[in-house]
Amino acid sequence: MAYFEYQNIFTQVQVQGPPEMGMDNENRMARERTKGASFSTLLGWFGNAQLGPIYLGWAGVVSLATGTLWLNIVGLNMLAQVDWSIPEFIRQLFWLALEPPGPEYGLRIPPLNDGGWYIISSFFLLVSVMTWWLRVYLLAVEHKMGKHIAWAFLSAIWLFLVLGLFRPIFMGSWSEAVPYGIFPHLDWTTAFSIRYGNLYYNPFHALSIVFLYGSVLLFAMHGATILAVSRFGGDRELEQIYDRGTASERAALFWRWTMGFNATMEGIHRWAWWFAVLTPITGGIGILLTGTVVDNWFLWAVEHNFAPEYLEPYGYEAYGTYEGFLGRETGQ
Amino acid sequence: MSIRPKWFDQWNKDNPTSVRGLAILIAVMGSAVILAVVIIGLGNPVQTSSMQTGPRGTAMYVPEFDASLRRGDPTVADFYTDEPFVPERGEELAGDIYRNVQVLGGLTDANFNRLMNAMTQWVAPEQGCAYCHGDVALEEYGEDNLYTKVVARRMIEMTQSINENWDVHVNANAQVGVTCYTCHRGQNVPNNIWFRISPVNSAMAGWSANQNRVTMTSNFTSLPSDYLETYLLDFERIAVHDLAPRVENLPGDPLIQQTERTYAFMNYISNSLGVNCTFCHNSRAFYDGAQVTPQWATASLGIQMVQELNADYLVPLADVYPPERLGPVYGDPPLAACRTCHQGYQRPMEGLNVIHNWPELATTSGDYDYSAFEQ
Repeated sequence: MAYFEYQNIFTQVQVQGPPEMGMDNENRMARERTKGASFSTLLGWFGNAQLGPIYLGWAGVVSLATGTLWLNIVGLNMLAQVDWSIPEFIRQLFWLALEPPGPEYGLRIPPLNDGGWYIISSFFLLVSVMTWWLRVYLLAVEHKMGKHIAWAFLSAIWLFLVLGLFRPIFMGSWSEAVPYGIFPHLDWTTAFSIRYGNLYYNPFHALSIVFLYGSVLLFAMHGATILAVSRFGGDRELEQIYDRGTASERAALFWRWTMGFNATMEGIHRWAWWFAVLTPITGGIGILLTGTVVDNWFLWAVEHNFAPEYLEPYGYEAYGTYEGFLGRETGQ
Repeated sequence: MSIRPKWFDQWNKDNPTSVRGLAILIAVMGSAVILAVVIIGLGNPVQTSSMQTGPRGTAMYVPEFDASLRRGDPTVADFYTDEPFVPERGEELAGDIYRNVQVLGGLTDANFNRLMNAMTQWVAPEQGCAYCHGDVALEEYGEDNLYTKVVARRMIEMTQSINENWDVHVNANAQVGVTCYTCHRGQNVPNNIWFRISPVNSAMAGWSANQNRVTMTSNFTSLPSDYLETYLLDFERIAVHDLAPRVENLPGDPLIQQTERTYAFMNYISNSLGVNCTFCHNSRAFYDGAQVTPQWATASLGIQMVQELNADYLVPLADVYPPERLGPVYGDPPLAACRTCHQGYQRPMEGLNVIHNWPELATTSGDYDYSAFEQ
């Protein structure tokens, strides 16, 4: 047996045969499910090789329709900005944006070419995101599942609503919303931090980063642990939860003997869920407080005695010379 | 006779295996190992040097590639300069010898012609005297027929004013001064002038129309392209922060929009000087006057200087220029800002003292100081 038998980049087992069309129950789940299914070897390398059937539901149809409207309004506005030139659209795509209205309009509806399209498209995006959330919730109901996925999704929606709806309303101006564009939304992010005295001193921003990096760490630990015991069937996590086998035992003992504490096959997923969910919840709180409750986070940190003081001098003259930097210091 | 046992050959025949994948893997990994050994052994091929600009722990430093530092500013070597002739008592002055000498009339004949020659080297090395005086006989050099001559006269006055009145900016670190060459570098029109181009987006209005476009002015970012006229012509205040943790927000307070425009301007200054934010600021609190370097004050004075130069010298020349010298969008006159002189260096021409040999350009008073050249 070669050494790489268990060390692979892609999923090793693919099942391709008659498609599994899924169950139906008294909720008549199958009614709004597409009828066809196909197989893809490429997809099988990354997950299940079977593609479809898909459940849309009324909420999914509304969500896709409004989401498409949002995307097209943004895209056509960008296209209009380059005088309907496709090559320019491609060349400047990362620079282009649909911007929110200027501050002079407050919460009123501005002209179409000065933020009006932004407001209209944002309405459609709001409907699209909320109906997609509803679809996730309803599908979980029909499957008689817990609603964990819907609540996790809602935590991300919370941050989205803070940025585009709650905070602009509190600030009294739609101009506070984030532009729809690749570089422009990054400009917004930097300017937001700078305007309010450095977001790194916002404790909720710090908490959000903790949970974000924590999520990454937990995901890496969990993914690696399961892959490492997949040779003992560890990738069948559900079976391992109700009938703990050697995979589960080894994974648990590895971490117990590494750091004393170990999560359980079930508990690790609670860790992951809470870390992921708390990332946008704390982040959203931090954004919502900025400009509404706190106007300068650095000075807030000074006030709360956690901004360090530096006593060394400012200016390169204290540390060297310009000629020295250029490497042209005359020996004297 | 084979030394291999029969079962070995038989097994290989029954189990044909491709080793191509493994061979590629080993080749790639082997190359990576060799590359790593070469870099570790011979050193990083793109070495950098750093200039520390603030306390340890604040990440305040300006990095630069060693190769760029060694190469230096190529325009320094082409700077033409020439020591003055110390005037003797009773020597006849250019204003008495020539017709229509309005600014440099107090120079002796030798120094007048020395400066005229230098100006052609700095501004019009290919066209020579004719660039301003026209292709005419020497007797007609007093005429003001060409716009170039009228502009040049005003530019001499501007140069004298910079050296005399903005000493606090241009000579902040050491005496360097400015001459025509500081901006022109041997070109008729300096490379780093600017024109108004905003709005850059005809399909939109207001805040959407001045940004999100690849332009030279925006330094290829999606930030606003209207910052130079906003701060340098309209004198909008460059301050976006609240100076207390909690303040009452009032209408007209700076918002994200003003912050992005300021960011665009600061980015322009960084690019113009070949430095980063931490050359002047402690980036944890950009606004805090207690956490800036002395260069922040020098830069602030520089902003005031270009505001004055544009308002007093460059904007009023609008009617003098022919159409081909005016801006592409508004037909506005070319203006100056940080990059016009600095051209990518902390100190223009890497701190070369260009004014030493040219006391005629150092003052507006007409009282030229040749004392450094007296025997």
